[in-house]
Amino acid sequence: MLRFAVDDLYKGVTAEKLGRYAMMLFGIAIAAGLFKYAMRQFIIAISRRLEYELRNELFEHLQTLDAPWFQSHRTGETMSIATNDLSAVRMMLGPGVMYTVNTIIVSAVSIGFMVSISPRLTFYSLLPLPLVSLSVWWFGDRIHKRFEGVQARFARLSAHVQENLAGMRVVRAFTSERRQAERFAEHNRDYLEQNLDLIRTSGVFQPSLAFFSGLGALLVVWVGGREAVKGHITIGQFVAFTVYLGMLNWPMVALGWVINIFQRGLASYGRIHAILVTPPSIASPGTPAAAAKRDSAQIEFRHLTFTYPGAAEPALHDVSFTVPAGRTVALVGRTGSGKSTVLSLLPRVFDPPPGTVFLDGVDVREWDLDALRARIAPAPQETFLFSATVAENIAYGAHDAAPTAIEAAAKMANLDGDVRGFPDGYETRVGERGITLSGGQRQRAAIARAVLREAPVLLLDDCLSAVDTQTEEAILQGLRGEMRRRTCLLVSHRVSAVREADEILVFDRGRIAERGKHDELLALDGRYAALHRAQQLEEEIEAS
Amino acid sequence: MSEHEEDGARAYDHQLVRRLAAYLAPYRWQVALAVFVTLLQAAVQLMFPWLTKEAIDLGIRHKDLYALDRIALLYLASLLAAFGLGYAQSQIMQGVAQRVMRDLRTTLFRKLQELPASYYDRTPVGRLMTRVTNDVDVLNEMFTSGVDALFGDIFMLIGIIVAMANLNVELLAVTFSVLPLIFLVTMTFRIRVRKVFRDVRSKLARLNAFLNENLTGMTTVQLLGREDRNAGEFRAINAEHRDANLLANTYHAVFFPLLEVVSAIALSLIVWYGGRQVMWTGITLGTLVAFIQYTQRFFRPISDLSEKYGILQQAMASSERIFELLDTPADPAAVRFDEPAPAPPARDGGAERGLRVEFDHVWFAYVGEHWVLKDVSFTLERGEKLALVGATGSGKSTIASLLLRFYTPQRGEIRVDGRPLAGWNAEELRQRIGLVLQDVFLFSGPVEANLRMDDPRLNREQVVAAAREVHADEFVARIPGGYDGELRERGASLSAGEKQLLSFARTLARDPDLLILDEATSSVDTHTEQLIQAGLHRLMKDRSSLVIAHRLSTIQDVDRIVVLHHGEVRDMGTHAELMALSGLYSRLWQLQYLGGRQGARAVARAFAPVVTPTDL
Repeated sequence: MLRFAVDDLYKGVTAEKLGRYAMMLFGIAIAAGLFKYAMRQFIIAISRRLEYELRNELFEHLQTLDAPWFQSHRTGETMSIATNDLSAVRMMLGPGVMYTVNTIIVSAVSIGFMVSISPRLTFYSLLPLPLVSLSVWWFGDRIHKRFEGVQARFARLSAHVQENLAGMRVVRAFTSERRQAERFAEHNRDYLEQNLDLIRTSGVFQPSLAFFSGLGALLVVWVGGREAVKGHITIGQFVAFTVYLGMLNWPMVALGWVINIFQRGLASYGRIHAILVTPPSIASPGTPAAAAKRDSAQIEFRHLTFTYPGAAEPALHDVSFTVPAGRTVALVGRTGSGKSTVLSLLPRVFDPPPGTVFLDGVDVREWDLDALRARIAPAPQETFLFSATVAENIAYGAHDAAPTAIEAAAKMANLDGDVRGFPDGYETRVGERGITLSGGQRQRAAIARAVLREAPVLLLDDCLSAVDTQTEEAILQGLRGEMRRRTCLLVSHRVSAVREADEILVFDRGRIAERGKHDELLALDGRYAALHRAQQLEEEIEAS
Repeated sequence: MSEHEEDGARAYDHQLVRRLAAYLAPYRWQVALAVFVTLLQAAVQLMFPWLTKEAIDLGIRHKDLYALDRIALLYLASLLAAFGLGYAQSQIMQGVAQRVMRDLRTTLFRKLQELPASYYDRTPVGRLMTRVTNDVDVLNEMFTSGVDALFGDIFMLIGIIVAMANLNVELLAVTFSVLPLIFLVTMTFRIRVRKVFRDVRSKLARLNAFLNENLTGMTTVQLLGREDRNAGEFRAINAEHRDANLLANTYHAVFFPLLEVVSAIALSLIVWYGGRQVMWTGITLGTLVAFIQYTQRFFRPISDLSEKYGILQQAMASSERIFELLDTPADPAAVRFDEPAPAPPARDGGAERGLRVEFDHVWFAYVGEHWVLKDVSFTLERGEKLALVGATGSGKSTIASLLLRFYTPQRGEIRVDGRPLAGWNAEELRQRIGLVLQDVFLFSGPVEANLRMDDPRLNREQVVAAAREVHADEFVARIPGGYDGELRERGASLSAGEKQLLSFARTLARDPDLLILDEATSSVDTHTEQLIQAGLHRLMKDRSSLVIAHRLSTIQDVDRIVVLHHGEVRDMGTHAELMALSGLYSRLWQLQYLGGRQGARAVARAFAPVVTPTDL
């Protein structure tokens, strides 16, 4: 259009004709604007939807991964993959793709027009193109490598900060702050150096692209100018040609940017992909054993020897016992003697060796994982509360529970009174932006949660260690009925809590040291009897 | 959002920008140079349309091949200059940006070393990490792709206007006639986008909070079969985030093409009006062509500036969080980085070793009026071994925390060698105190580095000797690599007893005047305990010792015992005296004797527990 306008100007033209050219220019801009609007709405929207899908997929996959995986991957690292890396991938799929498409279209159109004006000039202007692709190839690879280096340094820097913060008290007690700051400065310097290295490379890349595309323009001005002088092309053609060539300038700059984004996006996708292809090591078997629909459950541990992943020594040695349906077996022993490990193996938080742990006569490894866990109501020693209301937290494992059922469970756990004292009762929010519950309140919330979950197996893992004796007694009284209805594994330090169990196992360094009913163990006059005497005296002292 | 809020937010942003600019101050010459280079670069960019104009007007129209050659040569020189300046500009500006980031990280890290212990009680480690790493990186993005481009864009705009004014003022007025339209479009966009960005940010924060919480509590989620429900909830929040982004995208999708349409209006006007000028008045065709090129370039910086707006918004949010952390008051007992480290305590062999510690009617609460220590008074004489006994929550560990100045008592006074704690340089004080905790924290890295705690005054021989004295060298020899062997994060590959022996060794290597053992032997088995006892004995020799213990067997050879109950001093005296009193202590002793190992736990519970928010 410009070409005709300029050519006509050269020849002499009427005012109306000029007006028509202007209108046409405007019309073309409107059409191009609409096209760009559609393209952005289309491509960027797709990238947002893909981001949404990928984030869902990542989250859902993370939910299938097992405790050992979470122990060996720091939460912060996983978080940064789900945020930073995901956004790098999104940048690649959105703006990256959009500008690529843009570049291709603008280049194709411009080159098309250029060819229609003058194939020769087009040839000259595209002469530096091999240099462009050469530099893309050469720099792209180097930028990728340096970018990976930057990320590795960044991870090291983060790890140092993380350890420093986690060990803050030791750092202060040993007056290590200055040395810690020095070490940090070293990591910081490394990171800086690597970044400067990246900049040195990418700093050449962008201007070199502009330079090479500028060379094309130079050839056009020079050689094309001569052609125009000789009259091989009109002056209008020459002007229009330079305008189209000017349009090529931007795609060249964008090219460098696009390549940067793609290098980053690909590196980040690699990190996300690594998680997505990690199969959960604890999962349902291909063909789960048919689970009997029963209200009661029987538990059996058969010659169980268990070693934690990565540990040298087994945590449990040759543990065998049976809990018949509706009975309660109690586990006592020192911290670290293996009681909690026993409880964590039943719902496969960690995986027991095949043929050692059975629920209803079926190896837990043969169960469908969801069906297995649906039959178990755990109350752990350390309760995890989510930032939600008290009611939602209690109903965490029984989502459609009625408010009356939630209150009944809270009463049984002796939590009801506390909750009524909260600002909004059961609707009080807990967690990050809510109130903080005390250790005892958290444990009682865990008990209420377990009671509310209608499951035939109840696991009580020393879940009363932070409440005082009277409260413990009250809770146990309330729980007795529940415990008789279900099959129960109970871990405790207190004789008063376990004395009515059908069988008591005394653990010592991963082995069952003593076993029997309360009276039998007293008669044995061993560890259990000593513990009993100690606690009797303790009560005396407390009374004094 | 009301006008008022908008103004307030803007004033606040200005304040943040000023504080950020302060970090640029040390690099003002580089920044000035970068600005100068940017200026040159913009000038060179403006050369190209002008050269094209010259080529047409001087070369082609006058059929002057020599002029054309000259212009081509100039063009090449300009290209080379653009290349050199572009490279220089990116090196200087990004170099400055990276160094500013480094400085900010250093400041933040030092700040973290100065925050009071109570701050760490409230703030999750993850959140603090985000400040030093991710938030600084967001600023990085602003500095690298925002600020310098901003300078360039503004200069370019000015340069283009000057060049256009030089060519033809009348045509410039034509181009400017669309400015009100641009202003309208840009302002509308800014206000809308500001709002929607805030929405995107809050949705993203919710998304990440949900993710973080569920990653942390994943075992609970899985055991209670919440995966499907959580996936649903996550999808819902994720969808909100996506929709907010889609709205932001719609604004962008409308704005940028709209800007181009406006630019096309300007261009059409130039063609129409300028064309008439060429026909009727004296302006040259070359001028018109150059003007068209300038007009095209005129709108690019405006579009760029708007594009940077999102980055600036995020940077403001991040710097707000960074400065909030930097504004947190430091602990009075914090290390003073701006002062040299205090001289290590003198070790003249003849002088009397140890520190004298007095607790004088000390009251302390972590929160409000929940007193953890009530009117506690006792004295630890120089060279004496004093034991603190009592249940978890009776306040024993708190005493150690106060002595190390992790916290400050509300009432009463603590004196060390007659000097009130507040009068001590905390670093100097802590250098003279050795602390051994039940839960040993080891750092990832070589065994030797852990024993030295990076202390440059200690050499390998000294730490190896210390390890030998507490019988730690036998198992260190079993670690692959020995003293150069790498420990995993938190010493994950070692048993509790082994970690404890290493902590004895690192404390002994520093040869403190006062030793605090906080439940140091409660988590080890009989075999290691025997080993440890020997090490302990060696550790306590020739210095003041404060032993905090559940297990009474570990305190048999102390000089005096303080019995704490519910934060109060119940009894005080030697073992024999306390036994003769037949009070709490004698009952405890009886209990332990009866219960043996199991009894130790019973003692812990012998006093109704008081739960403290933090135990050392």
